[in-house]
Amino acid sequence: MASGNMSNAGVPPMRDRSWGRVAVYVVVWALAVGYLVPFGVVLLNSFRTAEEIAQTSMIGWPTNWVFGNYTAAWATYCIAQTCSGIQPYMWNSALVTVPATILSTLLGAVAGYSISLWRFRGDAWIFGLVTMGVFLPEQMRLIPWTIVLRDLGMTNTIAGLVMIHTIQGLSFTTLFCRNYYVAIPVDLMKAARIDGAGFFRIFWRIVLPLSPPILIVTVIWQFTHIWNEFLYGVTFTTGQQQPVTAALIALSASVADVPQHGIQSAAVVVAALPTLLVYLFGGRYFVRGLTAGAVK
Amino acid sequence: MSALMIRDLHKRFGSVDVLKGVNLDIESGEFIVLVGPSGCGKSTLLNIVAGLEKPSGGTIEIGGRMVNDVAPSDRDIAMVFQSYALYPSMTVRQNITFGMECRNVPRAARDKAVEHVSKLLQIEPLLNRKPSQLSGGQRQRVAMGRALVRDPLLFLFDEPLSNLDAKLRVEMRAEIKQLHARIGTTIVYVTHDQVEAMTMATRIAVMHHGEVQQFADPETIYNRPANLFVARFMGAPPMNTLPARVDGGRVMLGDGSVALPIDAVGLGARDVVLGIRPECIAEPGRRFGDAAPLIIKARVEMIEPTGAETIVTLRLAGEKMIGRVAPDVRLAVGAEAEFAIDVRKLCLFDPKTERLI
Ligand SMILES: Nc1ncnc2c1ncn2[C@@H]1O[C@H](COP(=O)(O)OP(=O)(O)OP(=O)(O)O)[C@@H](O)[C@H]1O
Ligand SMILES: [Mg+2]
Repeated sequence: MASGNMSNAGVPPMRDRSWGRVAVYVVVWALAVGYLVPFGVVLLNSFRTAEEIAQTSMIGWPTNWVFGNYTAAWATYCIAQTCSGIQPYMWNSALVTVPATILSTLLGAVAGYSISLWRFRGDAWIFGLVTMGVFLPEQMRLIPWTIVLRDLGMTNTIAGLVMIHTIQGLSFTTLFCRNYYVAIPVDLMKAARIDGAGFFRIFWRIVLPLSPPILIVTVIWQFTHIWNEFLYGVTFTTGQQQPVTAALIALSASVADVPQHGIQSAAVVVAALPTLLVYLFGGRYFVRGLTAGAVK
Repeated sequence: MSALMIRDLHKRFGSVDVLKGVNLDIESGEFIVLVGPSGCGKSTLLNIVAGLEKPSGGTIEIGGRMVNDVAPSDRDIAMVFQSYALYPSMTVRQNITFGMECRNVPRAARDKAVEHVSKLLQIEPLLNRKPSQLSGGQRQRVAMGRALVRDPLLFLFDEPLSNLDAKLRVEMRAEIKQLHARIGTTIVYVTHDQVEAMTMATRIAVMHHGEVQQFADPETIYNRPANLFVARFMGAPPMNTLPARVDGGRVMLGDGSVALPIDAVGLGARDVVLGIRPECIAEPGRRFGDAAPLIIKARVEMIEPTGAETIVTLRLAGEKMIGRVAPDVRLAVGAEAEFAIDVRKLCLFDPKTERLI
């Protein structure tokens, strides 16, 4: 019965506002609330004092709204003996995320372009190998990267993390750009070659101008993934070099007389802010780009 | 001067032989149409001439220069694609000037060339639009403009009109023909529309299975097809071909109940395939030249009035044939009727080799 009604859900409602439709909405709302409750709790706690949280409960509406948690979390709170708040770690994350996002997107676009539009010997193999990276678990790559960073003398550096994220991101960016570019008609390439354009001129003048939808997808994807990445950050960097995700753990581990849940919550909100903003402003372009074709 | 010389050209994709030894000699100023059924290798041949595809064997000379190892942009050619292949993110003007931009032509010269070409093709009002803002016919013009601006030794057209509606296609056909008369540049034009081939070409190369079946002027292709494939491919409706037997000055059709006089001295008595164009079978009042008409009787099996004429399917000597009669002739399906036969243009083919005798 349910499935019978479900199949009506996609059809424009004529007479019966079917129960299946209602069921879909109930499920969707339940999921949405389920996802949002933890964030709501953290957000509310970030405006409550530590005392209030300790005396009442972790879950509750602020009796009086305080903003001090944010200034403390940003600039003064002590993390692993350094009392500078999460500000320097936010910078670290930005210094890792922004270059790695740009580099992996650009390199992925060039790689996807050459694989899809310039057939060369072994191109299918190279594509297969590159995209295998999408499916390899992170943990498997920890030890190889440890060796590489050590041999390059890049252990515990931001540049090391940029390199790792750029190279690993290539799997995803190449896959997506390649799948987008295969839709570009080969005749376009032929015409350009007759016109005398070479590899990079064709990329720059013809392919790149068609690319914004897919570049937005890869930038958003890379940005959120690299910003939220934790394992490499905590494994390959320590102390002052850590990205904010790793620093948050150190923060929550720091001992105080009263557990500083308010400040910790504020720090979490601040750390999540960049990806939240990217989602709020870029989310619909992301969806649009995923379904867009290269040439209408 | 020879504009394009193709010698023993081979192309294989993996294990598939797509071109099996193509030879073509094209004089400067000719309008050559490559015609053939889908998949016979027309586009492949054009792509190899353009340098977009490498031949597996053979040589290409353009304007007397061997170009096998010359890049597409240095072959002094321009190409128009079936899909038009306009650069989607560029304006019409940029589409036309892109080639000159790649060759570092100074801006003043570029502007002048655009002006000249857009006037020639009447696309001046479109220059600042994007391809997505153009109709199919306009895109077609722009694609031609992009080729014309190059002023090459050789134009290559790959089914440039097949995405247009029927009316526009006829218009553009005439326009391209006039354009050729005006600029005189050699054109190699691919199509599988045999009307386009007949109307535009100075010479037609009919291709089939990766081989040139016949390379001749339209009249020869039509009236003296080199083999049965060409006979059946060119013309709509196609040439009737039926088993027959020559003996002395006569040819006996099908079951032998009908005989036509034919000038076939020296053939002796042998089996042949007779080819007769539908327009050589008409209503009995029709006169073909000065000779007294030859009248035969045949059973009418189907009639298809097109307005300008009526296509009639008839059975003659046990064989099915197609004729074309005047539209005002009344024919009854299933009944016997008289038809006039034009015996001047009969073709005889060898049944084994399928070649014209
Ligand atoms: N890159 C390729 N790889 C493998 N086979 C190919 C390739 N390109 C063309 N072919 C094959 O070569 C043959 C000739 O193709 P071609 O495109 O030249 O035909 P065509 O005469 O232009 O046909 P159409 O009238 O449909 O355009 C076809 O059988 C096609 O499948
Ligand atoms: Mg083709």
